[in-house]
Amino acid sequence: MIVFDRVSVRYTAAPALAEVSERVPAGEWLGIIGPNGAGKTTLLRSAAGLVAHQGTIAIGGRSATQLRRRALAQLVAYVPQLPELPPEMTAAEYVLLGRTPHIGYLRMETRADRDICAGLLDRMRLAPMAGRPLGTLSGGELQRVVLARALAQQAPVLLLDEPTSALDLGRRVEALELVDELRRERSLTVLSVVHDLTLAGQFADRLLLLDGGRVAAAGAPASVLREEVLAGHFGPGLQVLTGAGGELVVTARRTGPAEAGFRPPAPGR
Amino acid sequence: MKSAVRRPAAGPARAAGPPAAPRARTGRAIAVAVAALIAALITGILAGPAGLSLPTVAAALVTRLPWHPALSVPAVDSAIVWQIRLPRVVLGALVGAMLAGGGAAYQGVFRNPLADPYLLGVAAGGGLGATIVIIAGASPALLPPAAFLGAVLAVAITYMLGAGRRSGRGAGPVVSNSSASIVLAGVAVAALLTAVQTYLQQEHSQTLQAVYSWILGGLSQATWSDDALILPYVAVAAAVLLAHRRLLDVLRVGEAEASSLGLDVARLRLTVVLAATLGTAAAVSVSGLIGFVGIIVPHTVRLTAGPSYRVLLPVSMIGGSAFLVLADVVARTAQAPAEVPIGVITALAGAPFFLFVLRSRRARQDLA
Repeated sequence: MIVFDRVSVRYTAAPALAEVSERVPAGEWLGIIGPNGAGKTTLLRSAAGLVAHQGTIAIGGRSATQLRRRALAQLVAYVPQLPELPPEMTAAEYVLLGRTPHIGYLRMETRADRDICAGLLDRMRLAPMAGRPLGTLSGGELQRVVLARALAQQAPVLLLDEPTSALDLGRRVEALELVDELRRERSLTVLSVVHDLTLAGQFADRLLLLDGGRVAAAGAPASVLREEVLAGHFGPGLQVLTGAGGELVVTARRTGPAEAGFRPPAPGR
Repeated sequence: MKSAVRRPAAGPARAAGPPAAPRARTGRAIAVAVAALIAALITGILAGPAGLSLPTVAAALVTRLPWHPALSVPAVDSAIVWQIRLPRVVLGALVGAMLAGGGAAYQGVFRNPLADPYLLGVAAGGGLGATIVIIAGASPALLPPAAFLGAVLAVAITYMLGAGRRSGRGAGPVVSNSSASIVLAGVAVAALLTAVQTYLQQEHSQTLQAVYSWILGGLSQATWSDDALILPYVAVAAAVLLAHRRLLDVLRVGEAEASSLGLDVARLRLTVVLAATLGTAAAVSVSGLIGFVGIIVPHTVRLTAGPSYRVLLPVSMIGGSAFLVLADVVARTAQAPAEVPIGVITALAGAPFFLFVLRSRRARQDLA
């Protein structure tokens, strides 16, 4: 469980996060949505201990600022939007980095650490790629390698910053399904930034809509993904449709040029 | 639409773990480096203007051992081996290991391929310390301590200016002091100290020759007491750097991600800088400013044996020893009885070799 209590972050004069309070029960998937610059990444980074914050962030009842860095990394695993992937590091070496919070400062990995990582590589269908350098893996494989490293931390809270941005729609759905399976399997609490509002509504238990560093709306996807709520934050160009299975589809509402249709360039120019 | 797509279960017998290949590769790389070092040491002891034969040198070495066979070696030959060649070869090995190992560690901790052990001002500070002693006409015995002190002070100033204050403990703001600001502070401190050193040197042009020859570096004055002086620093520095080889691998994913994995980046950086500075300052204090070793040896190792610090650190240290001992052999034989400055040799021989490795590696990668 992770509780944000009046969390504020300031990089410059304008706050990046202003008094955000939110309670995420254990095992829940919270989708974080909002326009660019809303503070979504800052919220995750503050929970990962990467930016200083005011207010309190409590993980499993313990305040994040009171924890040593290693202890925090045993509770929270963070996958940034663009993870650094050293091209010559093998998939197995990379996943093993996830064991860092469990290894003493000057100690080396044990047999047990290697076994945990081998199990994860197997679970993520990466065993055949274990010895391959990251530079030779596909986007979907890299996505799973990054996720495997986060899971190797064996932390109950998983923070994912737009985990699927580099993937095509099919791989994107696959990756989110995998996160969902793993969440149920390991009873993880997941906080994830998802830019695709339709996918956010389909996968998250609840949505948190941020704008200008403040909580603009929070609740079940059906209560947040409404045109009148979204219009105030994403502009008037969105419409929400209901699919055949009852899922909410957020898509564009074209105005102007779309009605005018395609106009070929004038000849002679 | 939330139905989980079941995928075929992964094969059962595949959970054998990551392949053992990296470990085998580490062993092979270390074996090659050790062989190169042994060859370099033998060459270093054999080579010289006195023209001693291999049996003479072997006999001279053996007669210092306990329970040695009854061999007669002319006293002068024994002295050449024991008082001139061996201390010089040992000094080359110690300095080479320190410069190459320090370079590898700095490249890791500052995540900068151009980092060398002089990055934070060791060279400029050591040079200024030595220049002051030479200009003051003080005893040459004061050269090493002055150079050492200058080097350590320069890095201390760089670190205090560049690292900023470290606010709070525990999981507070971690990316408070970036390595880039430390590197930039190093550039500024080095420029300042070099300017002071150049000014002093020009004001006392009668000492130009002595100052210049110290700055170019060399092992020609090596004695056993030099070896004994720097051995503890080099040994401790090497041990500390090697102990951090796993953590330097963690840092390969960047400071922010390493922090989120639980690594205290500021502490790692401070420890590595402290160890590398003490070791390099000691090396510089007796050998002057020998360039290029800290850059080309680690990168050659990286390109041939891989970038993991578990291989890179030990192989760079051993390879750096071999490289500097061989460079010194060339320095003292190429124009015997005159000596070519060893820094000229490390650059003349090392740079083309490094470019060759770089190009052949590139070519292979392009084909892959």
